[in-house]
Amino acid sequence: MVTEYKEGAAGTEYSKRDFKVVGTRPPRPDGVDKVTGRALFGADLTAPGMLHATILRSPHAHARIVSIDISGALALDGVKAVVTSNDFVKQGSSGNQDTLDNCMARGKVFYDGHAVAAVAAVSVKVANEALKLIKVEYEVLPHVTDVDAGMLDSAPVLHEGRKFRNIPEGNNANVSGYWEFGHGDTDAGFAKADIIVERSFKTAATHQGYIEPHATLATMGPDGRGEIWACTQGHYMVRDMAAAFVGMDTSQLRVTPSEIGGGFGGKTTVYLEPVALALAKKSGRPVKMVMTREEVFRASGPTTSSSTDVKIGMTKDGRITAGQAKLRYQGGAYPNITAMLGAMTAFAAYDLDAVQTLAWNVLTNRPKQAAYRAPGAPMAIYAVESVVDELCQKLDLDPIDVRLMNAAKKGTLSSYGPTFDEIGLVATLEAAKAHPHYAAPLGPNQGRGVSCGFWFNFAGNTSVSMGINEDGTVSVIEGNPDIGGSRASISMMAAEELGIPFDKVRTIVGDTNSIGFNDVTDGSRVTFSVGLATIKAARAAIKNMCGRAAQVWGIDADAVDWVDGAAVPMGHNAGEFPPMTLAEIAKDSAKTGGPIAGHHEVNADGAGVSFGVHLVDVEVDPETGFTEIKRYTVFQDAGKAIHPDYVEGQMQGGAVQGIGWALNEEYIYGEDGKLQNAGFLDYRIPVASDLPMIDAVILEIPNPGHPYGVRGVGETGIVPPLAAVANGVSHAAGVRMTELPMSPPRILAAIDGAK
Amino acid sequence: MVKVNLWGSLRSATGGLTEVEVDAKNTGEMLKALAEKYPALDEIIEGGVSVAIDGLIYKEAWFTPIRPDSEVVLMPYMKGG
Amino acid sequence: MSKIHVSTSINGDAVEYLCDPSETLLDVLRNRVGLTGAKEGCGSGDCGACSVELDGRLVCSCLVLAAEAEGKEVSTVEGLADGEKLHVLQQKMLEHAALQCGICTPGILVAAKALLEKNPDPTETEVRYWLAGNLCRCTGYDKIIRAVMDAAAEMRGA
Ligand code: FES
Ligand code: FES
Repeated sequence: MVTEYKEGAAGTEYSKRDFKVVGTRPPRPDGVDKVTGRALFGADLTAPGMLHATILRSPHAHARIVSIDISGALALDGVKAVVTSNDFVKQGSSGNQDTLDNCMARGKVFYDGHAVAAVAAVSVKVANEALKLIKVEYEVLPHVTDVDAGMLDSAPVLHEGRKFRNIPEGNNANVSGYWEFGHGDTDAGFAKADIIVERSFKTAATHQGYIEPHATLATMGPDGRGEIWACTQGHYMVRDMAAAFVGMDTSQLRVTPSEIGGGFGGKTTVYLEPVALALAKKSGRPVKMVMTREEVFRASGPTTSSSTDVKIGMTKDGRITAGQAKLRYQGGAYPNITAMLGAMTAFAAYDLDAVQTLAWNVLTNRPKQAAYRAPGAPMAIYAVESVVDELCQKLDLDPIDVRLMNAAKKGTLSSYGPTFDEIGLVATLEAAKAHPHYAAPLGPNQGRGVSCGFWFNFAGNTSVSMGINEDGTVSVIEGNPDIGGSRASISMMAAEELGIPFDKVRTIVGDTNSIGFNDVTDGSRVTFSVGLATIKAARAAIKNMCGRAAQVWGIDADAVDWVDGAAVPMGHNAGEFPPMTLAEIAKDSAKTGGPIAGHHEVNADGAGVSFGVHLVDVEVDPETGFTEIKRYTVFQDAGKAIHPDYVEGQMQGGAVQGIGWALNEEYIYGEDGKLQNAGFLDYRIPVASDLPMIDAVILEIPNPGHPYGVRGVGETGIVPPLAAVANGVSHAAGVRMTELPMSPPRILAAIDGAK
Repeated sequence: MVKVNLWGSLRSATGGLTEVEVDAKNTGEMLKALAEKYPALDEIIEGGVSVAIDGLIYKEAWFTPIRPDSEVVLMPYMKGG
Repeated sequence: MSKIHVSTSINGDAVEYLCDPSETLLDVLRNRVGLTGAKEGCGSGDCGACSVELDGRLVCSCLVLAAEAEGKEVSTVEGLADGEKLHVLQQKMLEHAALQCGICTPGILVAAKALLEKNPDPTETEVRYWLAGNLCRCTGYDKIIRAVMDAAAEMRGA
């Protein structure tokens, strides 16, 4: 049955149904290409006559650019074009200007690795030779890379004279954002507490660490038409930015997304694409650019580092009376809102009478941060969940019971403003408590950690189009790069709604000219929003097909319903006709009015928040300070898991990124303000031998805002591991850990300090 | 009239209030009325905000209806990964 | 600078190419031979995305000079399937949904194949240590390890 739905009332989308395709685990449509090496990623495309371009980067953490002389480079044989910031168009919005200035420094360099000029030449080798011939005169300035140091009055100012909105008195000129959230009277709340714990925490900046470096190929003819091929989380974003930066109409630039080798938020902005386009314009030749791994670390966005103070009051029996957090984040040289998201999410798991969070963003001489999976939440929730754990320890209470007692649920006024609808936190906690992992015995030097996690999930602008082919198959076009199997889940939802088998549907990701606009693949939005638009595009096609059947039968279109992939007459007066299948209707479509298609465009809302709980057992070697993950279990509310394999994959992948953040990963800056570990050898992400299997338990508490109940699942999984691992290590080592990463020397120092 | 809850740091734009009342039947009217009543909110609204109505977050939607008893929360514009 | 002439065999086919003395095997495979299955994740031997076999030995092709392939046999991910028929490892990677973005997949497949040639019955720990040089940022390795173990079992006829 086609379920009734009301436009514009997102809360009413969901209705219960029995699924045929959704919830199964078919092989993904792009799978064979990816296991045979045929899939084309960002760096895999070439074009006839193609040039290669490389970038000259600042060796200084902070300096004024006095002059740039490119004449030497231009004179080198094989060099076809050179660009600097002079070759780009000034932007109207400060956000776009910041992004452009990050792609190519204007006036000042703000971090080690900041792009200064780019050369297109006949080979990478010649381009690199040419870079050495560019003369840049710098006036080196004092720098700051630490978040707390950046807030001191003595800190060097990055953007002299720039005014930021809504900054209270008493903050220095590097504070680019300030936010407050909360409700209730925290003083009164703390007064009611039997015990108060107040602690400060630090987390290091980490990189998304996608294995595929940024890569692009751009062309632009003298007719002013351009083409870009790029690995990106959003090709419409690339189109809009690149067109604006070189000063052309968006309609004249077509962007085609390659297969994308990981993004995790880091490919939601541009670095190379506008530069390659400007070089293509100047040279009249296709230009390819590929970052080295060192460039990925030095010049593409890591996440923020943080310094946070948390204070929580609790009664003897475990009720939280008040919570407060002060969060200071640095995200490099340009303003960002990650600290704000930290402040909004810090206490989201709790039902509190009194809560207050304050957040500052501080500008420092580091690369412009980029989103990283649930941006801002992991560090904030790490600090809060560490203090909750310590309170449980001090009061000798079960950490899951305490969380259950204080858990946010339907009707809870959230710490960031709105009241929650149906949410899955209690169910997730109960599942964790009932799981054999929670009751398993621990060995010597082992500790068990628990943490909750939360992410909002976003929806946003989405367009989907589908054609019903004459042979009874269906072609779907979506506009969001497939970063973890979304073509499979979109095909599944199309098949489900149309009532046909999964293998009759093929979904592709179209270029920017194929369908209407789409927001970037971010905020865990794709399965929710693109799924929603796919279901509605299918409903539009179904309506059309019911009309065709009605015509053939000579009855009213309203008297036709769609059941199991076929039109059927409905009601007493409709008459007796055998069902007319999608394939039958499609076969005669030319004779009944022409091609059949369905499409849907929407700025979707109602994504539905997602909670998770992680359980981890760790063993800490008291001699070396080395931590081993012995057992790990993830519990997460997926609303409805369309393809459970890929939901589990998101949960497992997020957990392991969080484990890396907790134990190893860290941007290390020297006194000179230079990044000291710009490679996978020294910036160590988790490898297979570091880990056990990651058990994933999916809960399904339907999201009222989606016809099938889907919630985004991509981001929440990275949130709990920081505190879960830290709590486990704190128990195993017998000392509270308050700084990430918990590298062996840091753990040893803490153990020694506690003796 | 609808009651609109603001996030804490907007207090400086409303003379200390985090709950204000305006006359509006949908989100667009509400944002316009807020900017008129509290001119300092104008640039913040222009810079991008989200609105939560009865617990559901809407980004950039002008025509979402607001009932007089709806819970309305002005929220900053958010971006994910 | 004069180029070096190299005669080698890639996935069983005789191949000749000219390369710079400083060019890596990875660069030649991708840019001169047109086999882009091996990926460059780091260029420094730290990620394994460029894994190929050279005379049956697993190597990071970003660390091998193209000239070193003279007279040797190179196998890449493109040589894994037999026509339309996927290798058991490829099949198991698909069945276990052991890839998300898939950029690490070619390297993992080549490395896993090299493992199973040496050790048809590896323990989970052995698989984990063997694949420790192949970074995957998406999956947390869980499904990859399961896929390799399952492929090993099937190849043993278990
Ligand atoms: S590219 Fe060769 S190991 Fe990373
Ligand atoms: S699947 Fe993306 S890196 Fe392994």
